Amino acid sequence: MKKEAIIEDPYLEYIDLANIGGDQAAAPPLPQPAQPKPGEFKLIGKYTPRVDGRKIVTGEALYTHDLVFEGMLIAKILRSPHASADVVSVDLGPALSYPGVKAALKLKDGRVKWAGEPIAAVAAVDERTAEESLKLIKVEYKVLPHVVSVDKAMAQGAPLVQNEGNVAKSNEYTRGDAEKGFKEADVIFEQTYKTSWEVHQPTETHGSLAKWDGDNLTVWDSTQAIQSVRDGLARSLAMPASRIKVIKHYMGGGFGSKLGVNDHTIIAARMAKETGRPVKILLTRQENSDCVGYRPTAWMTVRAGAKKDGTLTALTLKNYNCGGIGRGDRCSEPFTDVYKCANVKVEEYAVFVNTCGSRATRAPGHTQATFGLEGFMEELAARLSLDPLELRLKNYSTKDKGDTGTPYSTKGLEQCYKLGAEKIGWSRRNKKPGAGNGTVRTGLGMASQIWPGAGVPGTLADVKLYNDGSVEVDCGTQDIGTGTRTHIAIVAAETLGLEPRDISVHIGNSDLPWAPISGGSLTVPSVAPAVRDAALKAAEYLKGLAAKKLNVAPAEIVLEDKKAVSKTDPGKSIDLKELARTIPRPMPFHGERANMTPGFAYQTFGAHFAEVEVDTETGKIKVKKVVAAHDIGRVLNRQTAESQVIGAITQGMSAALFEEKIMDPETGTMLNPNLHDYKVATAMDIPEIVPIFADVIDDRLNNLGTKGLGEPPRIPASAVIANAVFNAIGVHVREIPMTPARVLAALKRKEAGK
Amino acid sequence: MDSVPKKRKSVSRRAFIQSVSGGAVGAGVVSRLLGKEPRPRPTGPGELEVFEKKRISFTVNGRKVILDAEPRETLLQVLRERLRLTGAKRVCNRGECGGCTVLLNGRTVYACHLLAVQADGADVLTVEGLASGDKLHPVQQAFIDKDGYQCGFCTPGFLLASVGLLAKNKQPTFDEIRAGLAGNICRCGNYQKIYAAVGAAAEVLRRG
Ligand code: FES
Ligand code: FES
Repeated sequence: MKKEAIIEDPYLEYIDLANIGGDQAAAPPLPQPAQPKPGEFKLIGKYTPRVDGRKIVTGEALYTHDLVFEGMLIAKILRSPHASADVVSVDLGPALSYPGVKAALKLKDGRVKWAGEPIAAVAAVDERTAEESLKLIKVEYKVLPHVVSVDKAMAQGAPLVQNEGNVAKSNEYTRGDAEKGFKEADVIFEQTYKTSWEVHQPTETHGSLAKWDGDNLTVWDSTQAIQSVRDGLARSLAMPASRIKVIKHYMGGGFGSKLGVNDHTIIAARMAKETGRPVKILLTRQENSDCVGYRPTAWMTVRAGAKKDGTLTALTLKNYNCGGIGRGDRCSEPFTDVYKCANVKVEEYAVFVNTCGSRATRAPGHTQATFGLEGFMEELAARLSLDPLELRLKNYSTKDKGDTGTPYSTKGLEQCYKLGAEKIGWSRRNKKPGAGNGTVRTGLGMASQIWPGAGVPGTLADVKLYNDGSVEVDCGTQDIGTGTRTHIAIVAAETLGLEPRDISVHIGNSDLPWAPISGGSLTVPSVAPAVRDAALKAAEYLKGLAAKKLNVAPAEIVLEDKKAVSKTDPGKSIDLKELARTIPRPMPFHGERANMTPGFAYQTFGAHFAEVEVDTETGKIKVKKVVAAHDIGRVLNRQTAESQVIGAITQGMSAALFEEKIMDPETGTMLNPNLHDYKVATAMDIPEIVPIFADVIDDRLNNLGTKGLGEPPRIPASAVIANAVFNAIGVHVREIPMTPARVLAALKRKEAGK
Repeated sequence: MDSVPKKRKSVSRRAFIQSVSGGAVGAGVVSRLLGKEPRPRPTGPGELEVFEKKRISFTVNGRKVILDAEPRETLLQVLRERLRLTGAKRVCNRGECGGCTVLLNGRTVYACHLLAVQADGADVLTVEGLASGDKLHPVQQAFIDKDGYQCGFCTPGFLLASVGLLAKNKQPTFDEIRAGLAGNICRCGNYQKIYAAVGAAAEVLRRG
């Protein structure tokens, strides 16, 4: 079966975030400027408030939702109520003749595979008119049997979701000989862990606004990926990419659900073309809940052989993951890479059901895998009567592929273990899980993390000097709430001896120099080194000008406090503003993110430690504290970095305790497509969170030694809570969300001695 | 380089509010803003829905607004779509998240959950009215200082909820802050920093 056969949504093309920019084996090394020594930086690594904070707190920051154009139409999508059906006919006539409707589009012929699949769309003078006219579209369906649950889809005789069958091999990996490894083991242990469908639910629902000017199209999009949206639109509309501009100024969250061009964006563009008017389309909360992806489930059976001292002799994973009509995630890397083990075997299968395709969700694959792998390690430690931290250190690897591959350039996981264990007070844990007394039990758990986060070589940025002394940075990246504008301002200001607010940061426009998607922890390690490269060139130029003016050698000059100063004679200095007057015209300096030094593997590392209380009568879990220690290379801005960690832990806890997209087997529709029934963590749930950074600077990685931070803190954030619960009650719940019912069922299992 | 689309040229938000703030509403201004009077719309054979509009007036951020509202229009729609005050966000549009929080006579309300006609005669404060000129409200300043946001989409709602909370309780404990903001969702999950910001703002406000 060809892969194209099941690709109907551009999102179903597997986005391998983990491997973007990761393979550098063939790339020639480029010279890397020497790393500044610690303490040499004034801004980098410190706490800097966001440069656009004022815009955000005054409501001036305009999101795609907020944009309005003269004559703008509002479009709405009619979606299939059936999870499986053939569309026999679509009659747009009555909707088209409805007053105020300006255009209608038929979007579907033939087989519908999930409830919510777009059938038709209208564009009208306002939202209500569009909504009302949708009801007038006549669609005749031939309803077919559907399946929306993973076990039913795998059963004999289930309705076929994809022609190739409902289960298809999606990934396999072997090294060494697992069977041989099991024979060498003192203990063989096997368990199955399950994760749920977790919906991104960004506060700003997906939305786009399209406007044509002759043959040129501009799209304002709530996206994490302006460049990819442009390229996707060019393909979908069969028009030159050079005639498309995608803009995103502010965006209300994405978490992986906004990484490419969406159906609704294409619809807006087509309708704007047809009507000659700007067309805006905003998804409702319901559409956001059930039509734009979620994290695929994983059912992971983990089996390991170990010596009595904890040495792993074999590790295998069999995983069934379900991403609706899509192929779901690949969960192998944590299993193949985190622990030293010569004999590893992974088999992964995609299970197809009649729901929309899954999408990348903050650390796709790794998050589910870490719940399975790290839950398993905690249980294995108990089985071997070992300290879980000792077990992990026993199997510590210094090369990728579980110590069998390329050496890591830097690996600060050991520091993370030490810092985190100290901060949480690891010695307070129950030496034997469930050893406490009373109704409410306390426990401590831990979990480790890897994720590439090395960034993408080839990312571009320009620094432009004006002759009034002002400075601009142009980069076709986007700020998705991580603080990219501020990071860029910090790097440019640091390099040029200015303040962050002196830098005009131009981002969020696809016409600007290329930068990758903001996903996969790519933005900081791609963009910041490119800005640094450009700013270093601009600094050289300014130093040359100053050297002439001050009559010293350029190497003598430093840029600081808005001045060019002679290192040897601080009396010799000139204001940068004054110096800039000699610049003949605005001067652009082009920067590029260079390749990493080949021959090394680059990863982020981290370890979380959590403390929980479990009420054994009600099954309710209270998370008291989470300590998160991360090695992400050099931290650019501690203020925004801490927020990344705090947010990721809140999300991970939310997934561990509450989040689950629930499908109705009868109707094939989502039962909780809103923020009331789809529970996310709020005020009363959050624990105390302590972010720690190991500050291991990687000189071989890029000119700032910095890695990404978007995914890392999310990866162990659910696993660590499950492990702390295990330590509290002496039985692993093994399935998230750990609802009170599941906790009580686990306690029953323990009583029954299973 | 292209930038953010301009607000409507014919009636800017500021110009509109100024033009109606004198009290006498130019009928022309209202109809320009509303577009043409909607025609009765056939929704099926033999049926006709007719929406009677009601003239209402209320104060937004210190300026008086007079307009004709449909009975089904929410305050959030009027603020966002007709007054172009887009600070209050539409997140769930059904009273589940607090993204649309504004103050109505000093009390926090979900603007998506309140009909515009219920705001008749009231005093409404939105995020756009929090600062006095260039000087930010202490709660706004504290959100910047403590990084009490990430994407910022929930921020206007949290700011108003915080202002409402601090008006009632000048010295909230950590748990009182949490309870006071329990009606607002931050999906970026930055609650810990939001609470730190509210605590810091309370201190500034107490010191006066
Ligand atoms: S938008 Fe009003 S409460 Fe969610
Ligand atoms: S900052 Fe993004 S939802 Fe709160």
